[in-house]
Amino acid sequence: MSLLFAWSCTDSSTSGLNEDDFAREAILVNWADNIIIPAFEDFAAKTSALKSATEQFSNNPTQQTLAELRQEWVESYTAWQRVSMFEMGKAMELRYRDNLNIYPTDTDEILENIREGTYNLELPSLNNSQGFPALDFLLYGLDESDQELLSYYTTHENADSYKGYVTDVATRIDTLTGTVLEEWQNGYRDEFVSNSGNGANSSLDMMVNDYIFYYEKILRAGKIGIPAGVFSGTALDGHIEGFYSKVYSKSLFLESLRASQNFFNGRHFGSQATGESLSSYLEFLNSTKDGSALSGLINSQFEEARLRAEGLESNLSDQVKKNNTKMLSAYDALQRNVVFMKVDMLQALNINVDYVDADGD
Amino acid sequence: MSTSSIRAYFNRTSNGAPLAVFRILFGVLMLISIIRFAANGWIYKLYIEPDFHFSYAGFEWVQPLGSYTYILFLICGLSAIFVSLGLKYRIAIITFFLSFTYIELMDKTTYLNHYYFISILSFLMIFLPANAYFSMDAFRNKQLRSQQVPAWTIDSIKLLLCIVYFYAGLAKLNSDWLIRAMPLEIWLPSKYSLPILGDLFQQSWSHYAFSWAGALYDLAIPFLLLIRRTRVLAFALVVVFHLLTRVLFPIGMFPYIMILSALIFFDAGLHNKILSYLSRWLKISKSMFDNSEIYTFPKKWVKKASIALITLFFILQLTIPFRYLLYPGELFWTEEGYRFSWRVMLMEKTGYANFKVVNPDSGQRFYVDNTQFLTRFQEKQMSFQPDFILEYAHFLEDHYEQQGIDNPEIYVDSYVALNGRGSQPYVNPDIDLTTITESQNRQTWLMPFNDDIKGL
Repeated sequence: MSLLFAWSCTDSSTSGLNEDDFAREAILVNWADNIIIPAFEDFAAKTSALKSATEQFSNNPTQQTLAELRQEWVESYTAWQRVSMFEMGKAMELRYRDNLNIYPTDTDEILENIREGTYNLELPSLNNSQGFPALDFLLYGLDESDQELLSYYTTHENADSYKGYVTDVATRIDTLTGTVLEEWQNGYRDEFVSNSGNGANSSLDMMVNDYIFYYEKILRAGKIGIPAGVFSGTALDGHIEGFYSKVYSKSLFLESLRASQNFFNGRHFGSQATGESLSSYLEFLNSTKDGSALSGLINSQFEEARLRAEGLESNLSDQVKKNNTKMLSAYDALQRNVVFMKVDMLQALNINVDYVDADGD
Repeated sequence: MSTSSIRAYFNRTSNGAPLAVFRILFGVLMLISIIRFAANGWIYKLYIEPDFHFSYAGFEWVQPLGSYTYILFLICGLSAIFVSLGLKYRIAIITFFLSFTYIELMDKTTYLNHYYFISILSFLMIFLPANAYFSMDAFRNKQLRSQQVPAWTIDSIKLLLCIVYFYAGLAKLNSDWLIRAMPLEIWLPSKYSLPILGDLFQQSWSHYAFSWAGALYDLAIPFLLLIRRTRVLAFALVVVFHLLTRVLFPIGMFPYIMILSALIFFDAGLHNKILSYLSRWLKISKSMFDNSEIYTFPKKWVKKASIALITLFFILQLTIPFRYLLYPGELFWTEEGYRFSWRVMLMEKTGYANFKVVNPDSGQRFYVDNTQFLTRFQEKQMSFQPDFILEYAHFLEDHYEQQGIDNPEIYVDSYVALNGRGSQPYVNPDIDLTTITESQNRQTWLMPFNDDIKGL
């Protein structure tokens, strides 16, 4: 008997599943192979295109190359919404999200960096003067009209610095993304999939915690709650994605919401097909809340949030200023799902929220 | 029992070896526990890092001491060594009790039944002559050195252990545990990666088997340990049971503490063997302690006072777990009278609490980001325990008062899921928590629990 226990104690995380079990490893495989890696591949292709467009623009800043660069920026910023939630492994080590998407961006610091010409974007202190929000400012917000904006890259005394900064920021986005993707392709995927045991450091627990953190803090609070003033009492219309380009904040939010729901349902990247997921796991565990399946409840709450958000202005900054009530109503719909996921789903899956490494009794 | 048989009982003596072995092991295990706690970085993480600490009612003055908190743990660890050696035992065990209890009172976020067990056990040990035999004190002081100690001093430890087990068993006699196999039905399937057991835990019957066996074990084990014929079997069960909990749950040192504590039920023969072995190993003479002397309390009144105090202590131990009967409402929902009652691993409770601050003058309202004030662990514990929610609400009131909001109102949108039931609204969201005090009946400010849990 004691042998058995010694064995159990030292058991690594290999799974001993039989056919009746729900194959948790299948969830991890589906996440990695059909969602995470394809999403990063897609994003990496777009950041690479973004980088090329920046180089084109730097070589020849015209209305035409600016328009092309802006187009790549929107596309890659949109693709970013589909990978942002996967802050684990290399991404966590690099603080990937902090480097790519802190907003509002620090315009004073950006201008100072350009003026001085000496900056090291690797410094954490410069997280808020790079990434997509910095490009948003540099491509849309430097001045009123496109003509005036272009002059910063052509006739301005620091024009070279401006061009250099745009290129450096885009290059860094691309490099970091390449690093993260490369790790997934070389080893981390297998590590992720094989870590299918139970416990705080298993892939399932980590991913679910990351996912809920993303949903609660980055999506619900970051994109809707904070601009609507939910945490400050007064609306903060500057705290939106794409503040300077003005028209993208709603669509970026909707993309992030869609990605979150697709992840929940295990829907393959760029396809209607679905695989094993949190949703199918909950159905396996037969989780019901007030008689209805929890996975169904969570999905209808996603739909409800989308419905309310679709009625918002494309520029959430305008929405907040004109009619914040609609914004708050979208927030409430998002909030309901925090309860379903953080309380009901975590209990059903027996995953500790933000697991703390302390004893229980 | 007549008074004379009571008197006879208190005059009965017993070989002191079990008490000495208990003292030595207790000290060593406590030392390991403290070292483990420090090595895991928990002193910083639990007591130094957080800005705010949840206090027990009446113990708000017990707060972490900044970087001196490390010294507190050092003192606690050192006193455990002294206890183990039996050197300046009385001072050592008092120091241990005070420092350990202070640590536990600093933040109730970390409350565990087994920490409470250590606190009260060390309190009990203050009054026991655990240094009369095989100790440094006894080595140095011939007067103290006694092979025989009052039998009741050993029995008192047995009684405390019996209470812990039996009350833990009584607490399991409820419909969630026995009829719904909760919370094991949630906990066990998630241990799917254990060899053999992992597959077993996917079967519903195993949750029932473990629930019923667990309840039966807790209720029966005190008697099986007390009865000589079943003692060896009982000890084997203790070992299996606690190692199993060790495998299944993050339970720290507790299983080892309980396993070694259960040795006290064995006759002195075993303990004398352990001490002989220890003597050979440490090259000390055991025979010098085997002097057939009987330990006597230094003064008659000390003995009387000790017995009186310990009697009172046990009366309290027997009644405190039932204090929940004084409060209305479902115990698992209101948690009024839940702690200090050996309700171990009875609930899977998850919560979510979203606090709203309202400025009554301007009508301005906003939600609080809990991570601004609490660690994730504190937030997790706060979100399903009413006293935490209330204390935090009052903290928020003070905080925003200082931020310039006159008489801020604090509301909370909260949901709790209990033992696999769907999440339900927890605190009444329309009640301004600044108007509520801890002494108020919790049912008046909690939402009703829409279910019925039968049993003790």
